[in-house]
Formats: sequence, C-alpha cells, structure tokens
Amino acid sequence: MARVTLVESINLALNRALADDPDVVLIGEDIGVNGGVFRATQGLQQRYGEWRVQDTPLAEGLIAGMSIGMAAQGLRVVAEIQFMGFMYPALDQIANHMARLRNRTRGRLTCPVVIRMPHGGGIHAPEHHSESLEVLFCHHAGLRVVCPSTPAAAYGLLLAAIRDPDPVIFLEPTRLYRMARQEVLDNGNALPLDRAQILREGDDVTLVTWGAMTHESLQAAQQLAQRKISCEVIDLTSLSPIDHDCILDSVAHTGRLVIVHEAARNAGLGAEIAATVAERALYDLLAPVERVTGYDTVMPYFGLEKAYIPGVDRIVDAVLRTLET
Amino acid sequence: MKTVAQFAIGYEQLLDAGGRPTGELPAFAQDAGELTRMYRMMVLCRMFDAKAINLQRTGQLGTYAPCTGQEATHVGVGAAMRPEDVLFPVYREYGTQLWRGVTLTEILTYWAGDETGTNFAGPRQDFPWCVPIGSQAPHAAGAAMAFRIRGEPRCAVAYIGEGGTSQGAFYEAVNLAGARRLPTVFVIVNNGWAISVPASAQTGAETFAQKGIAGGVPGMQVDGNDVIGVRAVMEAALARARAGEGPTVIEALTYRLSDHTTADDASRYRPADELAAAWQREPLPRLRAYLAAQGHWDDTREQQLRAACAAEIDAAVKGYQSRPRPAVGAMFEHLFAHPPAALAEQREQATRYPPPAH
Repeated sequence: MARVTLVESINLALNRALADDPDVVLIGEDIGVNGGVFRATQGLQQRYGEWRVQDTPLAEGLIAGMSIGMAAQGLRVVAEIQFMGFMYPALDQIANHMARLRNRTRGRLTCPVVIRMPHGGGIHAPEHHSESLEVLFCHHAGLRVVCPSTPAAAYGLLLAAIRDPDPVIFLEPTRLYRMARQEVLDNGNALPLDRAQILREGDDVTLVTWGAMTHESLQAAQQLAQRKISCEVIDLTSLSPIDHDCILDSVAHTGRLVIVHEAARNAGLGAEIAATVAERALYDLLAPVERVTGYDTVMPYFGLEKAYIPGVDRIVDAVLRTLET
Repeated sequence: MKTVAQFAIGYEQLLDAGGRPTGELPAFAQDAGELTRMYRMMVLCRMFDAKAINLQRTGQLGTYAPCTGQEATHVGVGAAMRPEDVLFPVYREYGTQLWRGVTLTEILTYWAGDETGTNFAGPRQDFPWCVPIGSQAPHAAGAAMAFRIRGEPRCAVAYIGEGGTSQGAFYEAVNLAGARRLPTVFVIVNNGWAISVPASAQTGAETFAQKGIAGGVPGMQVDGNDVIGVRAVMEAALARARAGEGPTVIEALTYRLSDHTTADDASRYRPADELAAAWQREPLPRLRAYLAAQGHWDDTREQQLRAACAAEIDAAVKGYQSRPRPAVGAMFEHLFAHPPAALAEQREQATRYPPPAH
C-alpha cells in the first residue's frame, strides 16, 4: 500500500481503469506527453498509446461533444477539462446531449462518460482557474456529480464513475490535490456512488460540506472540540444526487446544521440542503440553519481569494451562532 | 509573396434539371431497379411530408419540419451509406433515415411529442434528431474516433444546414476530423434559408464547401437536387473515409420548398419569384424524366407507386395514432440506468397527478 496524494490517487485509478478495460479512453488538453497540467494523467500515454490517452484540439465544447459520439459507440470516455472556468462551452453538450441521450432515445443510446474537472480556488492561479460551478451540473437531470475530498475516496469514486453506465461530472478540489497523503490500496475496488461520508462524528452541530472545504470544516471542528463543542462533519461527496438521509439522520441527532461551501451563496447547493431539512426535519432543529459560503461576487483573482473562500473563523462563528439559541 | 497553399472547390452534377445526363453515369445508375428504388423513396418522402403537414394543421401532430425539395440529397446520401455506418441527422432528413430503416410511424411518433419515436427499431446506432443547431457534428467526429480507435471500416455521416455551419461546434468537429483523419463525411445541406436568414447572410465565403478547407478537409459542391450526383460524390467520400484517407465536406445545393417548420410562414421573408424558380429545379421530375427516357417509367407506374405510397403512409398514420399515450412514469424511466432513490418519490407524485386526457 502506498501513501499517495489525491492527484496521485486519480492517476492510480485512471491507470487501473485503462489496464482493466480496453474500452476506456482518456481525452483532454495536454493530457498526453505532458501528463495534464496537474499531472493527473502522468505516464499514461506512454503506457497506453496515443489513441487511448489522447490530446484533443483545444476546444472544450468539442471534448464534451466527441465524448458523446465515442461513448454511444461503447467506449468509456474519461475527459479532462483543464480548469472549471473553461467548461462553459462544454456545458452545452453536457446539458443538451450527454445528460439527455439515454432519456431521449428511451435507453437505446447511452453516455458512459466521466468529465473530470479541477474544482475551486486557493492555488494562486490566473483568472477563470478557480471556479466552483457544481450547481450548474446539479440542476440537470441525467448527470451525477461527485466531489471527493480524500485520496482514497478519489480512487474508489473515480473507478465507480468510470464503470457507471451514465455520465458523471467528477470534481477534483485543486487545493487538496497535493495537500495530504493517505494510504491507498490500488486494488481496483470502487466505492458506492450517491453516498455522503461522515468524516467526524459529533453530537452538537452538523457541518455539511464537500471538496476542499472539508479541510477548513475539519479544522473548525477540531478548534470547537477544544471548547467542548462536538461537531459532526459530513462530506457530501455526491453533490447530485444528494444523500439527504445521511444529513437528516445527523440533524435528528444534533439539532443544528451549518452548511459550508466555497461556491457562491445565491442558489448554491446549500440552499437545496437547507430547504430539504426545512421540509423534512424542521422540528428537529434547535436553531436556524447557517450557511457559510463564497460571496455573491465574481471569484476574485488570487489577491483576494483567501478572503472569498470561507475560512475556519467564519465556520467557527457560524457554529457558535447556532448554539446561541 | 510566394504561394504556400492553394485550394479549389469542385462542383458535380450528373443529371441536369431536365433529367439529361451530363456525362457517363456511375455504375449504380445503370441498374434500373436501384434507380426506381431511389425514385420511390423520394416520392414517399414528398407524399409523407404533405400528410404530416396536414396532420399538424388538424391538430394531430406537433410542430413538424418538412423535407419537400430536399429529397434527392437525403435519398442520395442514404443510398450511398452502408448499414454499419452511423447517421447524425438534423431533423428533416427523412429520406436518409427511411432508407436506413427508420419507419414512418417512428417519425410521426416523435413529432407527436413522444421520444419513443427515437428508439429506432432499425438502425440501432443512428442518432436521433438533433434540435440544437450544429451540436450533432462533434458526435459524428466522436463516433468516427471510436471507429478509428477500434480499426473498424465504418463511417460517421453528419448532416448540417448551411446556417448550422456558422456554429462553432461545426468547425470544431471538422477540425478534429481533419487533424486525426477520421472517417467522417459532413454533408452541408444548403437549402438557401436558415428559417428567415438567407445563405448569403451566413458567410462571406463563396461556398460553404470551403469551410472544410481550414480544417484540412477537402470540400466540394454537388447539385443537391440530382440524386445520382449526390449518391456518387457521397460514395466517393465514404470510400475515401473507409480507406483511411480522412473526412470530406460535401455541400449539397438544394432548396427548401417548404416553410422551415409548420410553425413558420416563409412568405413573410422569401421572395415569391425565388420560390417559383426553385420549383423549376426540384428533384423529383428530373429523375422521373431520366427513368422515362430510359424506358423504365410511365404514367401507369407512377400511379401505382403513388397508390402504394399512400397506403404505406396511411398504415403508418394508423400506427402512430393507435399507440398508447406515454405513461407519466416515462419521463423518469430512462434518466439513469441506476436511478437515484429520490427520483422514485417524484415519480410516485407525478403518477398521482396524471395530465388531463386532452
């Protein structure tokens, strides 16, 4: 068993998928000789050749569009969009065709495609490199949206996504790519999709978060523990569908809910979670739900990104507010 | 300055507007049975169009996109393709689809508002109609990529209108096919009008065929009302693609004799004299004239054909009219192979609130 970073675990999973299934094909910009700008595909073209790990022309709409034709022919396509801010041209193909092909052909044609995209900011990148646009995908029927936060989850969920017969948007938190190492057994075992994961058990407040914000949320939980406040931290992991049962079970136990996400607040996924808790567990709540999110501004250039991305102090304060009532 | 690259766009016409050969005809055109099959399909499309428009006008069909005037292009392309090739249509190329085994009932079922019509029993891998303009072109390039990766001697054929070539997706697909020499044929159906915008307003280029050139893809024009010419250039392009020599862009010059759809009124924007002139070049009489001149056609056979087509169309209309309305659950049924649990709850709710009968 090796101790690997999150980006290395993605490389392991891609390598495993390519080795196990001759129908798996990787496409994207600079994923070949260069191994991807984050090195997620490092060494794979050398091992599997130029057709199974191929650099595409520089056009994100094409990457999504060609994936559809390839997948409908039975290939399992893993496409990389270099940065999330560049995915807008691909959204047309993803929303209009990839997500709908099974439905509009009554199951005759399908799209087993994984679109990998870096997610979120905090890495001092240029403009348009730090976006958190998950809701744009969560709003579309026919897509699954997954965002792992640990190397082991990334490995198992990416394999699950590749083996799934439907399109999966796979969001990779850039801030976590090299932040920590974890033991990952490269055994080809997939993890179940559609499930949230409890990262830390607790009794007083439920923190629901995903992606890189799991890092700050766990830090906040640790600080609060020193003040005898016990936080349960849920890594949503599956952003669509949402594992509401996991959240509701936790809220039934704690009575307090704080949702933490890096994406903008307005119509963010936090609103969907809060609304569902209001519908189904209002009387479990001992305090109003709190949201700690990015602001409703443009994702700032890196000079201010640390001010935009929720910090530990903002999360701690939100938790304390839920305890005031 | 020296010239570093030069390009030319050819034009092909094998049967002129009067039905006279412009030279020696290809092998398939020596086969009277094959030509009458092609003629039969063109007549079927023309008569089906009239029926479908009628059904829409009488409230029995939703918005319908007619094909009148473009039958030669559609049938010529279909007849040139092999069953194992894959078609990526726009939404009015019925002649190609029918040739490949899509049924009239499926076409009517689709335009009657039920996606079940796209679950073709015949060409299982052909894509369904594509409404967002131009977005099907990358799908064709992708399928061709799959053929290339697997070393299969198959081709992907993408239709696009001349207006659709203004979309980035078209250029992106042509560019990929050119860069990787993918077995793809892009058929630009230049029918003169993108709803109300004339072809002349879409581009400053002399031809739409040359839009392939910048992607390293040879382009050519063909008289799209000459079914023999269309099939001939299409067969050549497919042979080239199958031989690993890469994609081709074919611009078929035809005319949309109908409205854009049944929701459109072309008289608002289209000069009447232009339409009248286009009817003089339309595709059906010229093939009929050629067949008659060869002694393969006469009024009796025409009447028999029309009666047979009418019966086939009537049977198809009965077929779609007798289909059950889609069940409420159908909108949930094919979203995922493994539907998330939450959908079951919404499906149950939808089933409790069925739509009114009419």
